[in-house]
Amino acid sequence: MVTATTTLEAELLRLAGSVPDPELPVLTLHELGVVRAVHLHGADAVEVELTPTYTGCPAVEAMSLDIERVLREHGMREVTVRKVLSPAWSTDDITAEGRRKLREFGIAPPRVRTASGPVPVELGPTHTRPHTDPAVNGSPVAPTAPAAPTACDPADAVRCPHCGSADTELLSRFSSTACKALRRCLACREPFDHFKEV
Amino acid sequence: MTATVATTAALALGDDALVLSHRLGEWAGHAPVLEEEVALANIALDLLGQARVLLSMVGDEDELAYLREERAFTNLQLVEQPNGDFAHTIARQLYFSTYQHLLYAALAGGEGEFAPLAAKAVNEVAYHRDHAEQWTLRLGDGTDVGHERMRRACEALWRFTGEMFQPVAGLDVDWAGLEAAWLESVGDVLERATLTLPEGPRVTAWSAGAGRQGVHTEPFGRMLAEMQHLHRSHPGASW
Repeated sequence: MVTATTTLEAELLRLAGSVPDPELPVLTLHELGVVRAVHLHGADAVEVELTPTYTGCPAVEAMSLDIERVLREHGMREVTVRKVLSPAWSTDDITAEGRRKLREFGIAPPRVRTASGPVPVELGPTHTRPHTDPAVNGSPVAPTAPAAPTACDPADAVRCPHCGSADTELLSRFSSTACKALRRCLACREPFDHFKEV
Repeated sequence: MTATVATTAALALGDDALVLSHRLGEWAGHAPVLEEEVALANIALDLLGQARVLLSMVGDEDELAYLREERAFTNLQLVEQPNGDFAHTIARQLYFSTYQHLLYAALAGGEGEFAPLAAKAVNEVAYHRDHAEQWTLRLGDGTDVGHERMRRACEALWRFTGEMFQPVAGLDVDWAGLEAAWLESVGDVLERATLTLPEGPRVTAWSAGAGRQGVHTEPFGRMLAEMQHLHRSHPGASW
């Protein structure tokens, strides 16, 4: 997806990708996977292709301004940041290093999606651990409660970023931002954000 | 603005998203619990993002949102209906997000100019649909009060659901197939929620047209007055 053709373009791409995410400053835009390409037009004019995580993500404007500032500081006279929608950003675009940083920051990283294309909606339990007898775990789950509409392996549990337990439950489908869900760890009882799979 | 078929379609989809976004935003400060306050605002934000992309395909997004008269909006009447109680909002969400999810999935698989947006938005709307289904189950299969309110809300909004499947010029979609899939899905969720599909007519009694033709229900004018007031009083205002 990311293309760079000249040495200078590669350097500019690296610089644009080094900008921290305005909402999750532990991540760079490269680690988030949102800087798609850099095209040099002449000696000091550059166009950057940026893709939003969510269509309505309000951080895109701050990202654009930060990219413009960084590239101007490095000698670019004209910086244009173009928003591209296609192909749609997916949480699979977050790098391995990005996932590690999210976990360290206290946010459960998105799981790897097992299917591409539109996300099917399925009804299932809100717990992510493998199925166990409700009578044994003491926290029965209504059989009709829907699971997150993700195309993930059901055995791939969302783990608590604090204690690592796979025994976690969903509290709310939407958390501090649209890209996160609010969960609670049933082992250490700490609530935590989970970066939802899209 | 030239009235090409693509313009017609972009306005229809964009107005649906914009108007529902505004309605959901009205819950800010009024939602029953904090998590729902956040959830409804997040759904509204997703829809606003979609509206901005769609309206920008037609012209200046601010002019289109703030300076058009009621009759120039082509959103479905369903999305302009007032929030009512929480069950009412959830029923509106169930009906609309199921429709939007199926419609975007169809558009995402095509070659048209809406495919890039649809392919992106369909992932967001999947969560809206899931949210609405989860609440429908919880209210319908919950207490007697929740069940009764959910039943009443589904009945009250039923007459606005027929309009969703009127073909929109410029969208290459199997509308009959979409309608069948919608009926099956909503019927399945309602059944799990111990409710039944309402049986009344799915169009309004008067036949002058509907939202897609610019004909709106009374509450829409008041909603627009509030939505457009600031921009009309202070043109170009920003912060």
